Amino acid sequence: MSDFILVLSGITKRFDREEVLKGFDLTIRDGEFFTLLGPSGCGKSTVLRLIAGLEQANAGSIRLAGHEIATLPAERRPVNTVFQNYALFPHMTVFDNVAFGLRMNGIARDEIAPRVKEALAAVQLSDYAQRRPHQLSGGQQQRVAIARAVVNRPRVLLLDESLSALDYKLRRQMQIELKQLQRQLGITFVYVTHDQEEALSMSDRVLVMDQGRAMQIGTPREIYEEPCNLFVARFIGEINIFPATILRPLGEYRYLAEVNGVEKTIRFHQQATEGDEVHVLLRPEDLRVEYIADAPVDRRGYVGAVLERNYTGQTLDSLIRLENGQNLLVSEFFNEDDPDFDYRIGERVWVDWVAGWEHVIAKESW
Amino acid sequence: MITPFKWSLVGLVFVYLYLPIAILVINSFNESKYGFEWKGFSLRWYEKLWHNDALMQAFTNSLLIATLAATAATVIGTLMALAVYRYQFRMKKLATGLLFVVLMSPDIVLAITFLVIFIVLGIHLGFWSLLISHITFCLPFVVITVYAQLKGFDRNLLEAARDLGAGEWRSFRTIVLPLVMPAVIAGWLLSFTLSLDDVIISTFVTGPGFEILPIRVYSMVKIGVSPEVNVLATLLLALSLILVMIAALLGRVRRKW
Repeated sequence: MSDFILVLSGITKRFDREEVLKGFDLTIRDGEFFTLLGPSGCGKSTVLRLIAGLEQANAGSIRLAGHEIATLPAERRPVNTVFQNYALFPHMTVFDNVAFGLRMNGIARDEIAPRVKEALAAVQLSDYAQRRPHQLSGGQQQRVAIARAVVNRPRVLLLDESLSALDYKLRRQMQIELKQLQRQLGITFVYVTHDQEEALSMSDRVLVMDQGRAMQIGTPREIYEEPCNLFVARFIGEINIFPATILRPLGEYRYLAEVNGVEKTIRFHQQATEGDEVHVLLRPEDLRVEYIADAPVDRRGYVGAVLERNYTGQTLDSLIRLENGQNLLVSEFFNEDDPDFDYRIGERVWVDWVAGWEHVIAKESW
Repeated sequence: MITPFKWSLVGLVFVYLYLPIAILVINSFNESKYGFEWKGFSLRWYEKLWHNDALMQAFTNSLLIATLAATAATVIGTLMALAVYRYQFRMKKLATGLLFVVLMSPDIVLAITFLVIFIVLGIHLGFWSLLISHITFCLPFVVITVYAQLKGFDRNLLEAARDLGAGEWRSFRTIVLPLVMPAVIAGWLLSFTLSLDDVIISTFVTGPGFEILPIRVYSMVKIGVSPEVNVLATLLLALSLILVMIAALLGRVRRKW
């Protein structure tokens, strides 16, 4: 029990007639960096606002460190929020903004100044205490918003798309700083974002949501490498999907299957019998390309033509059209020993995946 | 070249707008009793005004009514604007709509309405009837000014305040009130001016026992423009210029946010 700081169970939330969340469950561990990830309108922000107390659930319970908080008003919950647009008080100095929560919670006067200074130091804004919010850059305002929240030493810090207003470089930098701050403070962070790259790089665990339902919960690695359904697979990164039919079990979760017209051995961690249909999921970096001339004649792969090639700096991304018309995205790292490594557009190549790198899920109707 | 033409046009407009006012101000310092010729600088009419007890009494009455009416209208109007902004309630649309009815009604209609109500209720025409009607016609202006300001600010600020532990009253005092203050003051200034120069409604609802400036002046000019009226107008002009300047300064503070 003490492992879980936050337990949401059976949460239902309706706006007017529309059901945004239905019987939603979530458990968050103490001290983890937890991310709610999903497309806009999936209900992730609503979950955050329910935890903060800015919305009231129609049904369900929210327990924080073992205490029911669903009935408490927002001002009495030991959680704080970093808002998407910062929501700094424009008529107060940075110092007063950060001190606001302490004053509202009746912290002793002589304790306020040191705590505000400590919080501003943690976000590297010690010299800006007497400025007004409008005199700061977006990144600095962001830091003030974080300091204003963490100064109260909340049990859980809620961050609502907090970095989305920053430009790319600053966002990357803030991602690292947020992660460091979280480790340093030991506070549980619940982060909401629609940016899968951000979610993967910062989180200990990620919940992928769609249309008010939890799709998959797991570490960034599990979410990326072992998506449980096509939605998660498509939402996180790029994916190639091959339809496949099981031909015969080979034991130890290995099966002989016809994958996109070619007989292959695949690993599938479920019981399956002959004729079962599955999806074989392959990330662009799971695939390998070889010149037709270089490949052994008897190899079992797919023949295609290079449709497009993009140099990204770190990788060479190619779009390859198979003979059956399906397009594949392949991403390969450069081989320093092979300076000529490149394809001509229209060139015919073999495509195959690295054995064992495939991820197989049961066929979905959609 | 269009520039000289444009300049002369602008000049003409300014002359048209400000020449009468300038003449009035100059004449208030004119030794002559009649404004047709300049007979030297003098503060004589200022002194005369100072000793004109009836006029000074009407002036103080006007300031008193304007101050009280503006203050009351500002308090009530601000609370109304907050209620409309903050809460959902039945007939909210109706309530705000009725406010516009007061705003749009011709003064003469309001004046007759007030008079009828006061007579029906048996309220003696004088200080109180005047104050009540002035508060009423100032109210919509305050509500609209304050509500516009409230609508402009980020609702997240209120959520942030609650999230940081401020209850309803404290987030009002520490966040909402300071942020709408410029609009509240603007509403007060607007009400003050409206009340100060109202003639029509005041004529209907005041009695002989309580005379206010515009009515007094109106009755004075019926028997010829006294130089004292010039002085009075000059003083009022100075007062309103000061008020406008205060409003502009407040506006500058507000724009910084």
